[in-house]
Amino acid sequence: MSTTATLASRGRSLVGRRDVLRRNGWTFGLLGLLAVLLLFAKIVEPSYGVLAIQGLGTSVLPLAIAAVAQAVVVISGGIDLSIGSMMALTSVVAASAMYKQPDEFGIVVVIGVLALGLALGAVNGALVVTTKVPDIVVTLAMSFVWAGFALIVRPAPGGGASSWLMDLAVGPILVDWIPKATVVMLIVVAVVWIPIARSRLGLSFYALGSNALAAFRSGVPVGRTKWASYVVGGLFAALGGLALTASTGIGTPVPGPYTLESVAAVVLGGVSLAGGRGGVLGPMIAVVVLQMVRTDMTFMSIDTNLAIVAQGVILIGVVMFGSLLEIRRASR
Amino acid sequence: MTAATSRRPRRQTAAGVRGLFRDQPVIPLLGLLAILVVVIEVVDPGIVSIDWAGVIIKGSVPLAILAGCQTIAMLTGGIDLSVGAVASMTGFVTATMIHSPGGEVQGIVIALVAASLAGFVSGVGVGVFRVHPLIMTLGMNFVVLGLANVWQLQNVQTGAGVPANLRTLGSGAFVEVLPYSLVVFVPVMALILVGLKRTGYGRLLYAIGDNPVAARLSGARSWQVLIVLYVISGLLAGIAGLILSGYANTASVSLADSSVLPSIAAAVIGGTSIMGGRGGYAGSIVGAVILTVLAALLTILGLPEPTRQIVFGSIIVVMAAAYTRVTAES
Amino acid sequence: MTPNPPDQLLLATGISKTYGAVVALRNASLGVRPGEVHALLGANGAGKSTLVKILTGAVHPDGGTIAVRGRERTVHSPAEARRGGLVSVYQEPSLIPDLDIRANLRITNTPVESFRHWVSELGLPDLDLTSLARRLPLASLRVIDLARALANEPDVLMLDEMTAALPANLTERVLEVVGRRKGGDSSVIFISHRMIEIAELCDRATVLREGETVGVVDVTAGSDKRIVDLMLGPMAAEIPAAAERPAAAPRPADAQPRLSARGVSDGRRLHEVSFDLHPGEVLGVVALEGQGQDELFDILAGSSRPATGSLVVDGTPVAFRHPADAIQAGVVYVPADRAEALMMQRSVRENIALPFVAGVRHWAMLNMGAERKTVDEAVATLQIDARAGNEVRRLSGGNQQKVTIARWVATGVRTLLCFDPTRGIDIRTKQQIYVLLRELAQGGAAVLLYTSELKEVQLVCDRAIVIFGGRIVAQVAGADADEPSLLRAAYNLAPDEVIPELAVAFANPDGAPGSADTAAAGADPDGPGGGAPRAGDAPTGEQSEDPA
Repeated sequence: MSTTATLASRGRSLVGRRDVLRRNGWTFGLLGLLAVLLLFAKIVEPSYGVLAIQGLGTSVLPLAIAAVAQAVVVISGGIDLSIGSMMALTSVVAASAMYKQPDEFGIVVVIGVLALGLALGAVNGALVVTTKVPDIVVTLAMSFVWAGFALIVRPAPGGGASSWLMDLAVGPILVDWIPKATVVMLIVVAVVWIPIARSRLGLSFYALGSNALAAFRSGVPVGRTKWASYVVGGLFAALGGLALTASTGIGTPVPGPYTLESVAAVVLGGVSLAGGRGGVLGPMIAVVVLQMVRTDMTFMSIDTNLAIVAQGVILIGVVMFGSLLEIRRASR
Repeated sequence: MTAATSRRPRRQTAAGVRGLFRDQPVIPLLGLLAILVVVIEVVDPGIVSIDWAGVIIKGSVPLAILAGCQTIAMLTGGIDLSVGAVASMTGFVTATMIHSPGGEVQGIVIALVAASLAGFVSGVGVGVFRVHPLIMTLGMNFVVLGLANVWQLQNVQTGAGVPANLRTLGSGAFVEVLPYSLVVFVPVMALILVGLKRTGYGRLLYAIGDNPVAARLSGARSWQVLIVLYVISGLLAGIAGLILSGYANTASVSLADSSVLPSIAAAVIGGTSIMGGRGGYAGSIVGAVILTVLAALLTILGLPEPTRQIVFGSIIVVMAAAYTRVTAES
Repeated sequence: MTPNPPDQLLLATGISKTYGAVVALRNASLGVRPGEVHALLGANGAGKSTLVKILTGAVHPDGGTIAVRGRERTVHSPAEARRGGLVSVYQEPSLIPDLDIRANLRITNTPVESFRHWVSELGLPDLDLTSLARRLPLASLRVIDLARALANEPDVLMLDEMTAALPANLTERVLEVVGRRKGGDSSVIFISHRMIEIAELCDRATVLREGETVGVVDVTAGSDKRIVDLMLGPMAAEIPAAAERPAAAPRPADAQPRLSARGVSDGRRLHEVSFDLHPGEVLGVVALEGQGQDELFDILAGSSRPATGSLVVDGTPVAFRHPADAIQAGVVYVPADRAEALMMQRSVRENIALPFVAGVRHWAMLNMGAERKTVDEAVATLQIDARAGNEVRRLSGGNQQKVTIARWVATGVRTLLCFDPTRGIDIRTKQQIYVLLRELAQGGAAVLLYTSELKEVQLVCDRAIVIFGGRIVAQVAGADADEPSLLRAAYNLAPDEVIPELAVAFANPDGAPGSADTAAAGADPDGPGGGAPRAGDAPTGEQSEDPA
């Protein structure tokens, strides 16, 4: 509960259960929806059980972390369309470096890959801040660049992963129905994000995304903060890349659908595209919800492709609903 | 004193170049294109020929049309990420209907109507519900992709193939330098160019992108403009998809996915601002050709796909930064 | 004002700032002694807000020096200014909307206990520090902003129209708290349009006019006349009569007004406003900033809907849902902010022709020849100098303003709503606009003109209505609308009312009014000001303040 609340609301000290509920209504709504979807799956397909839950934990891992990366940048008022490419690059680097190496070396690789992620994010951020080109254009262009480097590192899927890393992404922990991947993800995200969120930097992210002028007047170093948000985004993208390698055991140089789906997850997860609002937990849950929608539709023998349609419709529907609320509030 | 006098002409030249880039980006872009062509000829003497030009034009046409979608959307401060799914869908739907009698025409009509419909929905979302264009068109991308997949499953028994006419349209040529696809492209190009410069509607696209408040105060209802915009964009993407499937001689639900980012790149290189209100289609066309030539150059250099992407990306950043600098208020 | 470091807590001299073609500050100076509450006064656009932004590092000056406690310093950012003891409460609260109050305090390193103390002193003892800023009403936000500033224990606290959005009870608390700071080690710079507050609170006043400091006045009983004189400027700067204004032809009693407002309220700032605007007249609207005139014009122009009340155009009741409806009914609007009216990256021609293409039926091919002809005529009528290039943003402010008017004049205008059309533009252009408005009225158009420059009323208007606190408080015939009486009416003072001497009410015994050297620097009656462009901080507004 406490992890939930801090993750979802930038690590404020807890101020009573009711307040937590009020602040994170969207997140709890998503959790409720997820529960309904899981229940539904169990009813329609009685064989839906622990194995499926574990599989779910593993399959959503890369996208969930990608969604966190995107959330950090979007909260700070930007958008990063190069997340998928950064994941591909970090993933192939990890898979190539770990291939046929002892497990201990894998730890060195992980540290190196995280540093790489920081560096990639630093480049993105520096370009956004110094060129004053809109975020969307810079990161779109950089998505080409990082994907290109990924292909240079490894022209075709392959490589390997340290066994301990792969082990982190599969199977249960403690009890059968707790996927280890999910626990690992929550711990990793918490370890990285909560200190940031509790620091001045995290506050500055929200301030910058919420109102750049007010942030400037409050003494937030605008350029540096924006840059830092991309650096943190890069770090999470690297974690996402490691998750890809861990869950597949190889590195794939072609970026998956993670960039655009991370944007979708962020919006579904209650982060305002205008910046300043939301947390990182909502987007993670949104990823699971989207995956469960697909699963449930499969169980109902609905064409899986309609699940893609449903994903789009949900995305549009949620955003339309959100902007209708905004319009109504503005006209009042 | 001497320093001051000697610096003056240089500064004027710099201002001139700035002005040129700002007001007539097509001219320096054509210069850039010419340089690329010279480079390619130096690298591989004898390659530049009429035939080669035809190949480049053929390859540029679908990209240029998709860049048209992005150009008009970006002029209003929007973007259309659904062009990939829509373009793939039209080629694919047409291909699946080839075997029924009269299916080719029927297929094309159905495909283009569906493409326009997708654009209409995007337009309603952006214009009426004020959903961010990025999100709205991304969502439409999922919807169209999913529906195309459903269509694929339901028509899998009939089999699919790119209709011969589309193949001719996409890959054939009158003479080497004049591919058939120009039959479609030239009118499209003329319509967009004239439409942006000489119609009230085109003016409003710029107006909404430059200053939506001013447009509103002058009596423009932006939702009308935006709905029409995304319908046009969907239709153009659909047409591009037909040509693309003929050009590649394949039809798949993901055929045009890899063209989405280059289409945005072409518009950005062409000088259209993603913030709206500035740019034009001529630049985007040159941008599309530049990207195609650049790809060819990198292939000749033996620099495979990865380098191509890195170079593409770097060029977009550099060009966008340059445009931002020259158009910034001094 | 001789620089006398030990005596001055804050001393700014020769501050200048230009935004493109607009001079916001020319030669502004301000000296604040320790322990005083110092008023910064000036008409709209005199440069007060720009000066405050410069003092707090939000805007960088082009020239001039700032010294705090005798030490010269440059302030590069609000954070740096805050560390140097200069803190401002801006007109728009600078709280982060999506953070709660506690986080807002943290981001400015404000001690919470001290903040709690001040916020309850200021009349909000029950404030929940966990509430999000965007959920709080504007008045509370302003008070919170002030409490936060006080908790930072600034040397110099700058209050920009602090009491503007506050209800009476909070205003009282704010004035009391600020008044108690007199005589201490720190000072307050107080910007307000409310003369009563200034008389109550302030020790001295610096008056700005057209971006220049024109006088420093000890605030005592009766000093308001001196202040008003300084604000108005020497008679030498009087604008020469712009247009021969013929006596308005007597209107038949049953003449139908072009536009009537009946009991129009917006639900917040504007209350029960009614007036008639007749064809052939220029009706002036006079108000201080923020008295509801913005809301009134928004409603008349179709940008927002009235909460209550109705509009009648040419005898037909109308309900505008969109500016297009107003335009359809012949009611067109020239906003004050040219950034709101113009497509800055587009040409003069496209800007003028914008309304021609707005409707769906004009979406098809343009008749370029006819359009050029219409546009050229309008350009000629308004004498727009469009040589500067093909982007409107490269034109001077005056020419830009002409473009916004030309847009409507080009095709003939029936009812023109002009909101401060001469703000921040040069005097020649001003005159041209006066002449144009008179000509339009003579041609049968009805013109509603809000102006922050009171001289204009007598020059241009047939009559004027004065709005204060969202209500029409006076109606003045054009001939009687001289500046002093308008200013008094705008401050809602009776014609001969003396500002009550309340300064003692909150004054610290030690904070007695200063020395006798009442007015000084720059108050030269023959000083420049005649042909120079008028300063304006509004046209550039927040845009100029680049947070990047």
